[in-house]
Amino acid sequence: MVMKKAILALADGRIFAGRSFGAEGETTGEVVFNTSMAGYQEVLTDPSYKGQIVTMTCPLIGNYGVNDEDIESPGPVVEGFIVKEACRFPSNWRSQKGIDQYLRDNGIVGIEGIDTRALTVHIRKHGAQQGVISTEDLDQDSLINKARSAPGMVGRDLVKLVTCPDSYKWEEGRWGLGTGYRKQEKVSAEKAPRFLVVAYDFGIKRNILRLLVDAGCDVMVVPAHTSYEQVLDLNPDGIFLSNGPGDPEGVGYAIKNITEFVGKRPVFGICLGHQLLALALGGKTYKLKFGHRGGNQPVMDLTTKKVEITTQNHGFAVDIDSIGGNMELTHINLNDNTVEGMRHKSLPLFSVQYHPESSPGPHDSRYLFDSFVTMMRDYRKGRG
Amino acid sequence: MPKRTDINKILLIGSGPIVIGQACEFDYSGTQACKALKEEGYKIVLVNSNPATIMTDPEFADSTYIEPITIEIVERIIDKERPDALLPTMGGQTALNMAVALSEKGLLKKYNLELIGASYEAIHKAENREAFRQAMWRIGIKTPESFYARTTFEAEHALNLIGFPVIVRPSFTMGGSGGNIAYNREEFEDYVEWGLKASPVGEILVERSILGWKEFELEVMRDIKDNVVIVCSIENFDPMGIHTGDSITVAPAQTLTDKEYQVMRDAAIAIMREIGVDTGGSNIQFGVNPKDGELVFIEMNPRVSRSSALASKATGFPIAKIAAKLAVGYTLDEIKNDITKVTPVSFEPTIDYVVVKIPRFAFEKFPNTDATLTTQMKSVGEAMAIGRTFKESMQKAIRSLEIDSYGLEEGIYEKDITAEKKRDIIVEKLKTPNWERIWFIADAIRSGMGADEIGSLTGIDPWFINNIREIVEIEAELQGSRVHGLKGSSDNLMTPRSLDPYLLRRVKEYGFSDVRIAGLIGKDEDQIRALRSGLKITPSYKRVDTCGAEFEAHTPYLYSTYEPECESGPTNRKKVMILGGGPNRIGQGIEFDYCCVHGAFALREEGYETIMVNCNPETVSTDYDTSDRLYFEPLTKEDVLNIIDTERPDGVVIQFGGQTPLKLAVPLERAGVKILGTSPDSIDMAEDRERFKALVDRLKLRQPESGIARSTDEAVSIASKISYPLLVRPSYVLGGRAMEIVYSEDNLREYMIRAVKTSPEHPVLIDKYLEDAIEVDVDAISDGFDTVIGGIMEHIEEAGVHSGDSACVLPPFSLDEGIIKEIRRQTYALSGGLNVVGLMNVQFAVKDGEVFILEVNPRASRTIPFVSKTTGIPLAKLAMKVMIGRRLSAFGLSEERVVGHIAVKEAVFPFNKFKGVDTILGPEMKSTGEVMGIDDNFGSAFLKAQAAAGVLLPSRGRVFISVKDSDKPKIVPAAKLLSAMGFSISATKGTALFLENNGIEVSSVNKVKEGRPHIVDHTKNGEIALIINTVGDKISQSDSYSIRRSAITDNIPYFTTIGGANAAVKGIEAARSRGIDVKPLQGYHT
Repeated sequence: MVMKKAILALADGRIFAGRSFGAEGETTGEVVFNTSMAGYQEVLTDPSYKGQIVTMTCPLIGNYGVNDEDIESPGPVVEGFIVKEACRFPSNWRSQKGIDQYLRDNGIVGIEGIDTRALTVHIRKHGAQQGVISTEDLDQDSLINKARSAPGMVGRDLVKLVTCPDSYKWEEGRWGLGTGYRKQEKVSAEKAPRFLVVAYDFGIKRNILRLLVDAGCDVMVVPAHTSYEQVLDLNPDGIFLSNGPGDPEGVGYAIKNITEFVGKRPVFGICLGHQLLALALGGKTYKLKFGHRGGNQPVMDLTTKKVEITTQNHGFAVDIDSIGGNMELTHINLNDNTVEGMRHKSLPLFSVQYHPESSPGPHDSRYLFDSFVTMMRDYRKGRG
Repeated sequence: MPKRTDINKILLIGSGPIVIGQACEFDYSGTQACKALKEEGYKIVLVNSNPATIMTDPEFADSTYIEPITIEIVERIIDKERPDALLPTMGGQTALNMAVALSEKGLLKKYNLELIGASYEAIHKAENREAFRQAMWRIGIKTPESFYARTTFEAEHALNLIGFPVIVRPSFTMGGSGGNIAYNREEFEDYVEWGLKASPVGEILVERSILGWKEFELEVMRDIKDNVVIVCSIENFDPMGIHTGDSITVAPAQTLTDKEYQVMRDAAIAIMREIGVDTGGSNIQFGVNPKDGELVFIEMNPRVSRSSALASKATGFPIAKIAAKLAVGYTLDEIKNDITKVTPVSFEPTIDYVVVKIPRFAFEKFPNTDATLTTQMKSVGEAMAIGRTFKESMQKAIRSLEIDSYGLEEGIYEKDITAEKKRDIIVEKLKTPNWERIWFIADAIRSGMGADEIGSLTGIDPWFINNIREIVEIEAELQGSRVHGLKGSSDNLMTPRSLDPYLLRRVKEYGFSDVRIAGLIGKDEDQIRALRSGLKITPSYKRVDTCGAEFEAHTPYLYSTYEPECESGPTNRKKVMILGGGPNRIGQGIEFDYCCVHGAFALREEGYETIMVNCNPETVSTDYDTSDRLYFEPLTKEDVLNIIDTERPDGVVIQFGGQTPLKLAVPLERAGVKILGTSPDSIDMAEDRERFKALVDRLKLRQPESGIARSTDEAVSIASKISYPLLVRPSYVLGGRAMEIVYSEDNLREYMIRAVKTSPEHPVLIDKYLEDAIEVDVDAISDGFDTVIGGIMEHIEEAGVHSGDSACVLPPFSLDEGIIKEIRRQTYALSGGLNVVGLMNVQFAVKDGEVFILEVNPRASRTIPFVSKTTGIPLAKLAMKVMIGRRLSAFGLSEERVVGHIAVKEAVFPFNKFKGVDTILGPEMKSTGEVMGIDDNFGSAFLKAQAAAGVLLPSRGRVFISVKDSDKPKIVPAAKLLSAMGFSISATKGTALFLENNGIEVSSVNKVKEGRPHIVDHTKNGEIALIINTVGDKISQSDSYSIRRSAITDNIPYFTTIGGANAAVKGIEAARSRGIDVKPLQGYHT
């Protein structure tokens, strides 16, 4: 096999030499690691990774190929992909294509043959940082300069790059083994009455939409810049604030809109949506050294004291104390005690930092979608 | 929730002897549980009949009962100790079954004893297949169609509904005992009969076979607050139909998408909740249809299991320790992860490497058994390897097995075999599950077969096969490069120029050993090592940290790989490296791990840093907190030298891990490594026949006469000099492999033909066989100045039975003081002659008042734990201390300790797992484990040892006696005693006549060939309570084979030696006159 050389350079000068895989070319982004052992296709297609080059700590990637089902958005979003060994002979009854081809087809630059553990340790010690992968320029100094001059994450609006151009209705429920995704009509027959949810797309993962449908929602997805008036005109039962890439402070327009409808409708936020909600309520967010990315993060629900194994993907976190008296902490991360969830003491608002829709990851936290529906039901009742 | 304060004293039941399906993993789990519970301030009462365990060391529990795990004995212990709770999930199926029995007999209630870790209801639901099936149906989880049966009639009915092929599994057994796939009616009837007997409750499950599906396992933990985590997923390389203990397994699961994996995870959690495993770990197995992903549940173990030991080692998540803490009320979020120190264990480990476990078999010991792998476990041990890729891990696993394979070597075929014929052989080997299949897959690829074809023949996922294909392809590339490198010159290959360094590095990344590389390019191992070292192609070490490097790892639990960055971080402390024993096998098992662990403990006490190297996931030695640093690595010269290069230890200990490290003594010393204790030269002197003979002569001691024969004629001529019977064996074999006793020239000629055929390059060793001699084992310790005897053990079976298979007694029961004195004198002489520093084991034979030396091993022996438990002297620990320069006198040890009690060690055999195997004992070791019986008199101690080994001596009934002519006079006293105790005696004609002539009332029974009803009819009808059967030559062995076999299948106590029979009679006498009492080890040593 003829293998083309590729180099990964980090802004702090660390170099990793490897081999090209996926598309050839050059790409920059913030280099982060994900510790999920399965679910690389969902990771690749998660819009929250916009602006980031992802390395998987799991060394063997591509074993089960890729298929049309395991996607969280229409295609891969990551800026680049770093693995130890990419599999060229996928084996799974649902596999349609190898990962190498998939990345090639989608123009995603990858690098393999990397000591991804050394890279992960480096990021842990020195923080997530900008990096560049290139198969074209193999000059180390040049690459380090490119990494240094790449735009950082802080203050940047990456949402506008991944949000949908127009609003649309979502009508697909969750996936089942042997049955695939179920259609909304099937769910509708089971769950009535239904609730209209307007979902802000800051880079939304499809599994959130699927689980909203499953919980009994009619879902209208709207672009990130949609004004609060337009949303309220739809007279939704609830408003959902999605996940998305980057720094919440870069998305001022969303924060402004949220400020307007807070208290007027039940609101549920996930990840970036949670951070935006915090900012809209006057709180602060901060950047974590290297973030939480993976499917094994322990979160405690402070109400029940039970532990959920959660999927996470975030580089920023909410400072709960900055929000003030009316928001209370509902969930914490047991690894580092960071804020994982909050709710308003009187208004119908709650949000979580982690991903209850998982995909990839455990299904422990799906009850939150039901909580949202309950909140909407109570709110509807309250309004008579 | 904090720990419970309403309980103080906890009873822990161990798993008893090592048997197929239950090995060291339960010492690992039990030891962890003891430590965890002690740490929490609970009082521990432990019962386990296996003396070779760390958990039965007196400091691990408050009261340690080395007593049989039978309901009567356990009740006595409960009555005496009055514990508040019983933790039954740490001792395998043995402990779980005991908990069920105690509960069903109302004893838990009677003694107000609470089951913690798993309730009776949960155990019952999980273990009773019908109850389980209903539970699964309730929560919508599919199981293979199945019906349970308690009679052959019910089994027939089930068969009619399911059809062939069908699996027959007995309820409540471990290791798949009796579980088999039947393809036709004859097999079916056979397995049903077998299964109904094998199940302690006489129940079997007749189940749809999902042969060829993919098999997965999840290790799940749940706490009292219903927090559930999956510790590890495991994918079996071998498909359904092969017991997971016999499968190559891989962690984490490799070929499932997240969506599919999460379906399995959800099912596992639902199962935990439905079954009601409130606290602790369970192993849950699933089958997946490779065509459409259909998922069916196969089975669960509501306890710590072999797979959980593997999962613990594979992830760094100590399942048993945590399960113990959960059982006393903690929740997962309250327990900190030892490795990260900052995060809780309420998480799911993520691993950034690939783990491969590979089983080790012992079919060469049981040549008459069918070596096809089935749902009944047959392997005796396992090795685990860690690498960054499957290819690397797989190849490391192969060389960890220590079966002289260093990679995927090509098989040996007839010379000039046609491609077609070779292909036929390969296809056959692929179709029938067997332990060599992985090598045949490589050969299939070499012969041009594709992954899909191999996949359809084997049922193995093409993903695995394609990885093997990549290994085979790079082998070809390497061989090609050799040709290239040599082209046009007589150039020495060993220059960086001629072997592409980039290729060499890639080959090493693929996990190739230097031996294998050398073999492929026609060089030797040392040349490859030198070349690599010149090119700086050396391994780095990565840490196992549970978290994929997300948090800093504080425990140096390391594995090698070929990556740029090394995390070993060696220290500058005084340090000693201990080489472990590798995978369990017959002849080398838990005893050696026990010694290694003691070595580590002793070094810690002496302020040294300890470095453990081992590759056996079942063991205590591979627990990351046993030593300061753990290298989970193959025990080959290359891998060990690599670690030494990194760590630079002050010394290496090779005398604790059995033959495995001993083999490395000379190569390590040559590489400049300091070997602690007895020198490699002395070890060689003891192993080398000529040198040893010279030593014995110099010391004026005696050995049985002997000679070395390279041909049949030579053998016959030696035989005529030293006279029959003879003990013959090929040179350079271990554990008595292929060793036989021959009584005549015909026998000898026949043996020589076989031996020369199998191994023409090795001569045959011939010794005079000392018939009817008493064999004696001595363990001694020396600091190079003083030698102290640890224990003198008299064997119950006569010399000629492998010492590992023989029961032995400490102190000796029949030797007179003069003989014992002589044995002592000779032991001291040998210790001095060999300059022993550390442990030494000597085997003597005593015949007609004379002492002969059979063998000396200047290293830890199998009996070290037994002697230590009996005398209370921690020999292995002291040996470690003298190896680093301490004197025995510093520990107050100047002479052997005389004990007032008697301990009997008995061997435990795997005959029930191997159909068609004879149970007769001989010079080739066949036992997998051992038990100990301890009491104040011989009869009681023997009775206990038998009970612990599963042999319940009868107190009444009919005894069947059939002995060879030379034994006839010797059996008379035993027969008389039995008769006097009210047993009726039956015997075959010759024996009957002899007994009658000696005044014993006896009825005569037909031998099998003499017509019916014969003896086997009587045993099958349950009319025989005890069998005494000794045989001489091969012919009489085959005549009486069916008697011994039926003793196994019908579970009738049997003895095949006069020594054993006499001891049994003493045991029966003791039971009748004294009953049976229990006493903790702590009570014997104060």
